[in-house]
Amino acid sequence: MSNAVSALQGASYVDGIADVTEFGLRGMITLRGDLSDKKLIKAVKSIAGAMPGMRSIALEEDDGAAWMSPDELLLMVPHGDVASTIEGLSKSLAGTHFLAADVSDARAVFEVSGPKARDVMAKLAPVDFANSAFEKGMFRRSRLAQVPAAFWMNEQDAFTVVCFRSVAQYMFDLLSVAAQPGSEVDAF
Amino acid sequence: MSTRLKTGGRFTDGGEQLSFDFNGTTMKGVAGDTLASALLANDQMLVGRSFKYHRPRGIVASGGEEPNALFNMGGTNDFEPNQRATVTELFDGLKVASQNHWPSLEFDVGAINTHLSRFLPAGFYYKMFLYPRAFWKHVYEPIIRKSAGLGKAPRAEDRDPDTYEHFYFFCDVMVVGGGIAGLQAAKAAALTGVKVLLVEQTAHWGGRAPVDGGEVDGQSAGDYVDALVAELATMDNVTMRTRLMGAGVYDHGYVLGYERLREHTPEVAGPRHRLWRIRAAQIITATGAIERPISFAGNDIPGVMLAAAVRDYAVNFGVSVGDRTVVVTNNDDAYRTGITLKGLGLDVPCIIDARSGGGGTLADDARALGIRVENGKAIGMVKGGKRVEAVELCSQAGEGGVLEVIPCDVVAMSGGWSPVVHLWSHCGGKLVWDEAQSHFRPDSERPPLGATGEGFVSVAGSANGHMQLAELMGDAHGAGLAAGRATGGTSAKGHIPEGTPTSENPVEPVWLMPQGAGYKLRSKAWLDYQNDVKVSDVQLAAQEGFESVEHAKRYTTLGMATDQGKLSNINGLAILSDALGQPIPQTGTTTFRPPYTPISMGAIGGEARGKVFQPLRKTLLYEWSDANGADWEPVGAWRRPFAYLQPSESVHDAVNREVKNTREALGLLDASTLGKLIVKGPDAGKFLDMLYTNMMSTLKPGKCRYGLMCSENGFLIDDGVVARIDDETFLCHTTTGGAETIHGHMEEWLQTEWWDWNVYVANVTEQFAQIAVVGPNARKVLEKLGGMDVSKEALAFMEWGDGTIGGFDARVFRISFSGELSYEIAVPASQGLAFWEALMEAGEEFGAMPYGTETLHILRAEKGFIMIGDETDGTVIPQDLNLQWALSKKKEDYLGKRAHQRSHMTDPDRWKLVGLETLDKSVLPDGAYAVEDGVNANGQRNMFGRVTSTYYSSNLERGIAMGLVKNGPGRVGEVIDFPKEGGAIIKAKIIDPVIYDKEGAKPNV
Repeated sequence: MSNAVSALQGASYVDGIADVTEFGLRGMITLRGDLSDKKLIKAVKSIAGAMPGMRSIALEEDDGAAWMSPDELLLMVPHGDVASTIEGLSKSLAGTHFLAADVSDARAVFEVSGPKARDVMAKLAPVDFANSAFEKGMFRRSRLAQVPAAFWMNEQDAFTVVCFRSVAQYMFDLLSVAAQPGSEVDAF
Repeated sequence: MSTRLKTGGRFTDGGEQLSFDFNGTTMKGVAGDTLASALLANDQMLVGRSFKYHRPRGIVASGGEEPNALFNMGGTNDFEPNQRATVTELFDGLKVASQNHWPSLEFDVGAINTHLSRFLPAGFYYKMFLYPRAFWKHVYEPIIRKSAGLGKAPRAEDRDPDTYEHFYFFCDVMVVGGGIAGLQAAKAAALTGVKVLLVEQTAHWGGRAPVDGGEVDGQSAGDYVDALVAELATMDNVTMRTRLMGAGVYDHGYVLGYERLREHTPEVAGPRHRLWRIRAAQIITATGAIERPISFAGNDIPGVMLAAAVRDYAVNFGVSVGDRTVVVTNNDDAYRTGITLKGLGLDVPCIIDARSGGGGTLADDARALGIRVENGKAIGMVKGGKRVEAVELCSQAGEGGVLEVIPCDVVAMSGGWSPVVHLWSHCGGKLVWDEAQSHFRPDSERPPLGATGEGFVSVAGSANGHMQLAELMGDAHGAGLAAGRATGGTSAKGHIPEGTPTSENPVEPVWLMPQGAGYKLRSKAWLDYQNDVKVSDVQLAAQEGFESVEHAKRYTTLGMATDQGKLSNINGLAILSDALGQPIPQTGTTTFRPPYTPISMGAIGGEARGKVFQPLRKTLLYEWSDANGADWEPVGAWRRPFAYLQPSESVHDAVNREVKNTREALGLLDASTLGKLIVKGPDAGKFLDMLYTNMMSTLKPGKCRYGLMCSENGFLIDDGVVARIDDETFLCHTTTGGAETIHGHMEEWLQTEWWDWNVYVANVTEQFAQIAVVGPNARKVLEKLGGMDVSKEALAFMEWGDGTIGGFDARVFRISFSGELSYEIAVPASQGLAFWEALMEAGEEFGAMPYGTETLHILRAEKGFIMIGDETDGTVIPQDLNLQWALSKKKEDYLGKRAHQRSHMTDPDRWKLVGLETLDKSVLPDGAYAVEDGVNANGQRNMFGRVTSTYYSSNLERGIAMGLVKNGPGRVGEVIDFPKEGGAIIKAKIIDPVIYDKEGAKPNV
């Protein structure tokens, strides 16, 4: 729908040690339930291709499922497919105790990319970003500086960062400041 | 005079010429210099004035322990006080000014204090400033404020142009200190295969070893260091950083590292400092040792320096501190200074060794070079004012009778070496007194303990009390292997390097020189240079009963300066122990606290400044509102429009317009910040019945109900409208501030108490833009936009429905916080702006205007609706607000129910909600108290009520207010007094809080 816009409408910062770009709207569903339940696992696999383990993310192109807590997943689908996906979940999980909520518009999504992307992330999140410690397929629900954030790697040099929509500008500014020229750490 | 030698220095060889500004004079230095070495090369011995007596002071040390050479650095925006010259690397254009003097460094009026020293003893402040009482505010405090501190405070209007940042790093073994021991420990740890971080606070690897000499595995110490550094650089599992100080060790292997990135290259883009926030499974402190001064009279005169520092300046920077250096020592190490200087062709008139037996082979070497060595001797007093001129030689065993006056311009002193135990001690590592070496060193049996009860800090090298290469190398290698193994490394052993043994005679403690120095000498023998504490001060403290070392420290200010007593601690507590007649270990040390040396406030703040100082939460309408006159109000981290100002309109006028327009036509409010929590599950009704004071489980799908939430102590914590979505699903609206806390509150009860209830909660606050469409024309604009049926028949008051409005997917709630016909409409956040603009456009013919939070407040206050945070303050219960109707009597239990039965909660004298109408129509001050005659036990005027909400109502054309008043509802009609600031009284009549539309007919149309 043309009325729907992301928080920063694709803002980007490319003058630093890593590039920072706001992605457009992405469909996101909070799914709470019994993560060991067969019906739930099947439903998640049908969306993301696999069931993510603890602190991991299963990705199939732009669709995915990320582990948020022992009873919560974040499902990702195209923005326009959220309603039908929730409908599908409601059918396939009928009879079990679960909650599926559309949170797509409550989020802003960024990419931090480039050879020094790890440096930028490690300035803001209390997470080990060493090459051997944080790899593709891993997922963290943590914080960047003063706001909650979740993140994972798309490829070796690119992180996707998700935060609340209300702090999108703060997140963009924060990532840009952390990527300022001359701030390479070179510790990874 | 002090000057640059032709022989060159390790760090300065080949360095380009630099110029810098000292007190307005341009001086020359060389790349590789520190500010201290450059000042010495320019014969600038006098570098500052002491804190209390304004005595002339010179550079004492060559490292972070320096107490005297502190400078105001920079100009305006880049100004920083108390910067230590010994760790400031010189750069072209550096600008510094010496501190604590007026009018100039050379001539300082404050130096009069030195002649008043008899009247400024230890504890002077405590004794002097008590009486007369009135003097404190008008005389003492202004004087103390003027004389406090060494450097100047930065000006309030200046803004630091530099940037700073944090960095999180994780490793198995962190080695603090890049001297020969730290390098060796890092290598050994790395050999076990674990991840190692090695940090060094200076710009150079190797520490003292390359200066002090000796051999390891047949190589000179310097060459061995170079080879180690090269080898470590090739190891993938080792990260090495210079200019990074281990500042503090905390629980769970947390270490703060302070990296100075651009201090020496301010013109290069990038952050100035970086604060490393490190998690290390094991920490090795290879922090070396610090040489101690000796307490003799005149030991603070410029030119009296630590022996090793004199050596450092000569070897590392090619700077001779003077032509004729007298060495005074109680150990063999200081002989190296005499030998080094002699080798450079400088004069060493005498090495004064306080030990009657003298030194070992180093003493023989010195004599062989033709240096006069005097055993059992001491310095009675140093002659000179702003510079050393001579020393009086005397017997250490005597009282200072002068045997001979030896002219000299430098005194190189060494009172022995103290291991740097700070980082070991930060997190609880204990110390043991080493009698043989006269120092405290880490007690390896009592390390700081981690979560498992095992030690997580170990120590290596001279920090561990191993002062000779022969012991030190093996100790460091062993510490590295052990730490590696403790973090899951292999049992690799590696080659244990061998340091060449040396034959040194043991140090002998010399706490006072000469031993029998009388009062006159003792009162000129400095312990703490930076805070001007003398031997006589500590003795006086002991005499006056300050027996605990912590008390004596505070009474005398020993060790309380910016250097935290790095040079003075051991000497001071030895003097204290002597005065108390007890052994040193019984006196103990004061507490070592991080940071090891001061770190910048900028580094602590990190990136959080300017636009990222604090997160600002913005709704979908932030930009629109900003462009349409919003006067912003902070609501938690959110910014909400207080009012929308039209051109040339005041805030007050805008509010009055918005209030009238909403009551008479159509108002639009961005209510998106309201908390929205989905509560779902078979037990959701039961759960909400426990959380809310009223009954929620009986609510029918499609209906809304207002509810109250109390803490388990019965106090109101939140309120809001609950909508039942379906059998298992509720949508709970919270206050703006309650969205996160009530979500957390729900999760806490579900996770810790009712973990077996089948309920899930999701916070969808930001998923929706929620717009309140309020006023008599509210239905008209929605019907014009078209879509779902919003008539009274289809959607009655306190009902909700899903559908479309003007093509937007919407959930429409018929709820009213204003007392008007009102719809709150939630649309997906991404469409919020478009929906708002559609409403504004369609509403134009109906008089649509946005309104802000102040109008929201006035409208609700006219209706007597309470606001969490205004009518409540954490001590208010629903009964205080006449909300008994919302307290279920049918429910067996709910949070707060039992608390409401406590005697204080049922007290009939509690202050209760009323409306207040000023007789003169003025607006009561917020928070004003209602007073009556008499005073309470604290001598305060008796009070029986207070204003909780107060506004000007343009509808009623007078001030309106609510307040809590003792027995309030029973006193309607009574007129009570509210004093304003200044004492004038406003008289207000107690009325019913509901002023507007008492029947509630308006919203229900």
